Amino acid sequence: MPPHKLLTAAAQTTAPSHRDPAWSRRLSWSLAALVLLWPMLVLTEFKPWLLVDPASLNPTLHFLGDFLPPRFDLPFLALVARETWRTVAMATAGLVLALLLAGPMALLSVRALSVSALSGRMALGPAALRQAVRWTLVLLRSVPELIWALVFVRVVGLGPTAGVLAIALTYGGMLGKVYAEILDSGETHATNTLLRNGSGRLQAFLYGLLPQNGAELTSYTVYRWECAIRSSAVLGFVGAGGLGQQMDASMKMFSGSEVATMLLVFMALVWLADRISAWLRRGLG
Amino acid sequence: MTGKPAANEVFKLPAPLFDARCRACWFAAAVLLLTVGSFWTLDLQWMQFLSWSALAKMGRFLGELLQPDLSAPFLGKLMWATLETLAMSALGTLLAMALGLALALPASKAFVGDPAHWRGATRLLLNALRSVPELVWATLLLIAAGLGPFAGTLALALHTSGVLGRLFAEAIENAPAGPGFALRVRAISETRIFLYATLPQILPQLVSYTLYRWENNIRAAAVLGVVGAGGLGQMLAYHLGLFQMAQTSSVLMAMLLLVALVDALSFACRRVMAR
Repeated sequence: MPPHKLLTAAAQTTAPSHRDPAWSRRLSWSLAALVLLWPMLVLTEFKPWLLVDPASLNPTLHFLGDFLPPRFDLPFLALVARETWRTVAMATAGLVLALLLAGPMALLSVRALSVSALSGRMALGPAALRQAVRWTLVLLRSVPELIWALVFVRVVGLGPTAGVLAIALTYGGMLGKVYAEILDSGETHATNTLLRNGSGRLQAFLYGLLPQNGAELTSYTVYRWECAIRSSAVLGFVGAGGLGQQMDASMKMFSGSEVATMLLVFMALVWLADRISAWLRRGLG
Repeated sequence: MTGKPAANEVFKLPAPLFDARCRACWFAAAVLLLTVGSFWTLDLQWMQFLSWSALAKMGRFLGELLQPDLSAPFLGKLMWATLETLAMSALGTLLAMALGLALALPASKAFVGDPAHWRGATRLLLNALRSVPELVWATLLLIAAGLGPFAGTLALALHTSGVLGRLFAEAIENAPAGPGFALRVRAISETRIFLYATLPQILPQLVSYTLYRWENNIRAAAVLGVVGAGGLGQMLAYHLGLFQMAQTSSVLMAMLLLVALVDALSFACRRVMAR
């Protein structure tokens, strides 16, 4: 046989297989995904065809058709402006109360301010106290503000008080936990030196920890204020006042034009809060 | 300026308390104004809240919450609702991943010469999807999808696709351009470039973003039902509305347990992966 024929024969035997080498793995993973997906589809009553069913499509189209034009007459805009301010005020008041809750709790749970930890291990009592405070903060934080609001609305009735308290409790937990983490994760040399030289814990905090971490603490607080605005709008849906409650009322009356206006205002509010908080945090560095 | 230091050492005096250029002063003043204004204008009814009747009501309420309904049939229902919540969050996140990726492609400028005509419009859409919270989406969708977990799933999917779409678009734009360029100079179609060059590079990022949002969505799905969109929240709203405190208490406990479990799992995962 001539050499070039030999070469082509060799090439043919080692020609790359066109079959996917990973086909069995791909197939089994796809099957596993399908098997997992099926119960999820059943559990969530996933029936997309219901969306195009005339019985639900007609009211939807009617509602959406009402979106244009949004309602922009002056009395309604005044109402929306008032409710928007209430939403912002609820978030701000809630966050201020949360700060009052989080500050002392964070101070209680910061490890860097322990006098007994200066000489080796922290004593049993202080360690237990810190752990207890930390657990309280986690508990406060893990109940969503919507649930707090539902409960408070049930007890004191409709109105912004329930919303403010709900934000205060949940955000108090969040702020307290993160404040303690920020204070503990920073450089603690100055604080330790102050404590070792006989300063009080509060003095060590004010002159050691706070100047070092002030920017970060403020930055996180501003970010949480932005989140609080978003959640205070949502709290209105369970009757805590503000933009959410107005939106809920309009939605129940199928008034698409009012809902459209309020959605636009809400988006603008979220955007504005986002810009302000980004600008402030950039300034803080 | 050079020369002798000032005789009275002005620079050692403490800064004046207020200075028109002091940004921190303006910031503090604005915060103070906002706080006072907020408390002033909100008709907060502390008296009503701290009155004896309200406190007694609260005490009774808490007392009732301490006696959860732990009967077997109710626990079964609770288990089912928890599963429903988990399924809602998982499916919502999965849909959001698909929709987010589909929107991230037109929303990103994939290579230097990419005209990206739709970038602005898609980004606007993503921002709109993102800035409307899940709960508002759910109430809007109740009209189209009816009461039940389907509306909740779609609501989660819409909000999350706004969030993920933006993150995905940034991941696509930040992906190293080399492999894509190597294929592009050989006139390979954009679809295949995405599948074989861009996607494998950004896949770990996509997965980690999606898992992070899933964790958030489990928490969101638990409360989403309050407006009637299925899961544990719907049970809570139902029993709380009927003042069935024993059942309400069990639902609340299941919610807390779910949230705590998710927190603990994600904490453990993070710790394992960071090692």
